[in-house]
Amino acid sequence: MAERIRVHLNGEDRDIPTGLTVRGLLESLELEPRLVVVERNREILSRVRYDDVVVGEGDTLELVHFVGGG
Amino acid sequence: MAKTRKRGGSAEAGRERAAELARRDAAAQRGPEPGEVAKGGEAPPAGPTVPWGGVVREDAPVELRLHGKGVVQHPTTRVRRASERPAPWADPALEMPPPSLRELEEEPLVIAGQAFRSRLIVGSGKYPDPTVMVAALRASGTEMVTVAVRRVDLARREGILNVLDPNEFFLLANTAGCFAAEEAIRYARLARAAGFNEWLKLEVIGDQETLLPDTQATLEAAHALTGEGFKVMAYTNDDLVTAMRLEDAGCVAVMPLASPIGSGLGVVNPYFIREIKRRLSVPVIVDAGVGTASDACITMENGMDGILMNTALAEADDPVAMARAMRYAVRAGRLAYRAGRMPAREIAVPSSPTRGMLD
Repeated sequence: MAERIRVHLNGEDRDIPTGLTVRGLLESLELEPRLVVVERNREILSRVRYDDVVVGEGDTLELVHFVGGG
Repeated sequence: MAKTRKRGGSAEAGRERAAELARRDAAAQRGPEPGEVAKGGEAPPAGPTVPWGGVVREDAPVELRLHGKGVVQHPTTRVRRASERPAPWADPALEMPPPSLRELEEEPLVIAGQAFRSRLIVGSGKYPDPTVMVAALRASGTEMVTVAVRRVDLARREGILNVLDPNEFFLLANTAGCFAAEEAIRYARLARAAGFNEWLKLEVIGDQETLLPDTQATLEAAHALTGEGFKVMAYTNDDLVTAMRLEDAGCVAVMPLASPIGSGLGVVNPYFIREIKRRLSVPVIVDAGVGTASDACITMENGMDGILMNTALAEADDPVAMARAMRYAVRAGRLAYRAGRMPAREIAVPSSPTRGMLD
């Protein structure tokens, strides 16, 4: 499985295919890119970069969205 | 001050009116399908128009049964005839303030130059289910709804925006659950990156048990975030000095608590929140602690510009009914405040003439 890399995704280690863009990652997780905010290695990724940024080995990713709250 | 209503003169007009009422009542009795909600601004296909939005079923105070031609019989004994005025809940016109008070009653809440018709801000957490939440939000008449920022649960993926329409409600992201200024700033930036607006309910908690705010960290975060262009509405305690400093930091609204978050204890310190209101120029919105309608009313009677609440609705037996109660309580409290109350005095003063009594 050399084609896969390990990332830290929402607090858990996860193996994902090499060369996946952020958009590709969101699609593989069945997430709607418009409703999710991505933080990569503590840096917020603007949505216009989802197609360009490729997820790298050892990246720490946080995928967040709005939930109910007061 | 009951206003006389114009009524149709002819018998035919009366019958028509009766038939129309009967149709309305029948529709109200059927009630909406589960989850079906009358949207504000557009009339439902059948049943009474509900201009303020809300569940039509909630408007019917009693179950009405249809008997005979156009005569609606109350389950007890009262019979409403065509010549009588319709039940208040069936008539949207009665919801309208009289012209002389329209300006007062429709006076908007203005925060950072943006006008909101409702003085009630509602949280979206902890409702029994999403359908009830949306129905309650609509019944409350609110325009601004708070949301929290959290990790996506990759197994379930359900976010609030699957049920909450950002075109219907102005989203106010919060930093609930943050215990440090840095953490709150990180959440604030993530919230803004969601792309809806740059408004923020800043909340930095200092104590896990009481959820009282860390005012020092709140101030620190407020300075940083207003500097980054955020429109910060800051949750704080009922301390005047902190409130003044938050205003100085550029917050667009200051939000002192009535009592601890989720406690439902009501306004524990009316004097201090009044003082805060008296001394600040930005809107003062009481956030947290309201338990029931009287709490909301008292808050507004004290001159606050608005209220933010969540648990009082979410944990009510019937959140939609409570939302509606809160809607009226906030309006009543605001009107009473604007009306100017009589002085409270610890002595009786007769209301009827003392002269003209018989020997």
